[in-house]
Amino acid sequence: MSATNVLYDVPGPGAKRRNIIYTIVFLVLFGLAAWWVLSTMADKNQLASEKWSPFVTDSRVWTTYILPGLGVTLQAAALSVVIALPLGAVLGIGRLSDHRWIRVPVGVVVEFFRAIPVLIMMVFAAQLYVQFTDIPSDSRPLYAVVTGLVLYNSSVIAEIVRAGILSLPYGQTDASKAIGMRKGQTMTYVLLPQAVTAMLPALVSQLVVIVKDTALGGALLGLQELLSQNRTITANYGANTIAAFTVIALIYIVLNFLLTSFAGWLEKRLRRAKRSTGAVLGAGDADMANGPGQAQSAAGNI
Amino acid sequence: MFDFLDSGRYDVLGAFWVTVQLALYSAIGSLIWGTVLAGMRVSPVPLMRAFGTAYVNLVRNTPLTVIIVGCSLGLYQTLAITLGGEGFDGIGFRLAVLGLVAYTGTFVCEALRSGINTVPVGQAEAARALGLSFFQVLTLIVLPQAFRSVVAPLANVLIALTKNTTVAAAIGVAEAAALMKTMIENEADALFAVFSVIAFGFIVLTLPMGLVLGWLSKRVAVKR
Repeated sequence: MSATNVLYDVPGPGAKRRNIIYTIVFLVLFGLAAWWVLSTMADKNQLASEKWSPFVTDSRVWTTYILPGLGVTLQAAALSVVIALPLGAVLGIGRLSDHRWIRVPVGVVVEFFRAIPVLIMMVFAAQLYVQFTDIPSDSRPLYAVVTGLVLYNSSVIAEIVRAGILSLPYGQTDASKAIGMRKGQTMTYVLLPQAVTAMLPALVSQLVVIVKDTALGGALLGLQELLSQNRTITANYGANTIAAFTVIALIYIVLNFLLTSFAGWLEKRLRRAKRSTGAVLGAGDADMANGPGQAQSAAGNI
Repeated sequence: MFDFLDSGRYDVLGAFWVTVQLALYSAIGSLIWGTVLAGMRVSPVPLMRAFGTAYVNLVRNTPLTVIIVGCSLGLYQTLAITLGGEGFDGIGFRLAVLGLVAYTGTFVCEALRSGINTVPVGQAEAARALGLSFFQVLTLIVLPQAFRSVVAPLANVLIALTKNTTVAAAIGVAEAAALMKTMIENEADALFAVFSVIAFGFIVLTLPMGLVLGWLSKRVAVKR
């Protein structure tokens, strides 16, 4: 159903009246919920202006806590992407290999790391670095978080790359064979350049998953990223837990919303472009990504 | 190598049972909440559509960790909301389910909405021509077909949800990831054994889910 408004007619007088009633009922329910939340917050003294004003009046809360935290979040995310992209590309191409002895082990690795939670890998990596390396303890959380994110996301990216290459019309491979290209040449000159364009939206929306997962490091491994700053903020600005959480959540939302919108814009633009083969992996298509098994969804990455 | 399992100090099955319970309750809750959200997002009332869109965009872009830790620190420790749970474990469990439902519901909603798009326009037009109301069109004609076509995406959401239950470790729910942390601290020399036990547990949970639901999605798909 392309336009969901076929579910209902253009409202006549009766339907308009009913819609107004529904709107009012919904508003009342919403208002009640909001009133309940606000009054509970007021009871616990969370609405007091001194709990919220530091975020507007005191620039130190930004320069000492929030911005450095955001910096660590972005650093962890950027490192993970930079390492996971080439690794994922190699794994994805490996899974398409003609040789069984490459295809099968790579497939096992990819499926394994996709099936276990990213947090489990982070905790494992953290202990691994404690026992077997002499990385200083203050940079260990970053290493652990990046390792966990790379292991998980490179296998997800491998699936995106594989889907990107498989989404190209088979005529592309046929044609390159016909002009005498070798397998490697077909891949590097014909398939990969087109696949990269096709999977750009999916890759950008995978970035959102990476940014969100860095918060795990703050909650469980002691990484000094954005989420973990709420502890220091509430300790220094008088137990303003809810205010601090609201601001932190809003920063994540704005950041990820920008990435999501960019992925959507990119997808639309690529679908419109005339010179491509028409293959585009949408933001949601990567979601084979979320677990073992196949299938595509428009649910977006989780 | 695996002798820490026999020592009786770690209740591995118990921890995975908590993981399964978290996943089960959250799955039921997010299916209901996601369907309600999807209904709002396609409803004829503009205000409900706006609320649905705003909710999905806000919650989907917030890290699950922020939501769950926020539930614990904000709802429980600051506002003293316990959701009727008793004791630290009970409250943490219920708050984790609340956070998981709030988060996963948005993905269920988006999956369902894409399912609604697969239903041919003629179906709704025919239903409207028969004089069915919006609610009847949605619940009798469109949603049943939409559900059947989104079993596979919903399976992916369920698998992701199962993996996401580990985030509950952040607020001290005694599930698999929390147990792994304790085991690793106490059994440092058995690091790889601990990792493989927990990883194996998650593979046992998620792999059959993908296979069974993948088979089911082919079976129930509406042939067009």
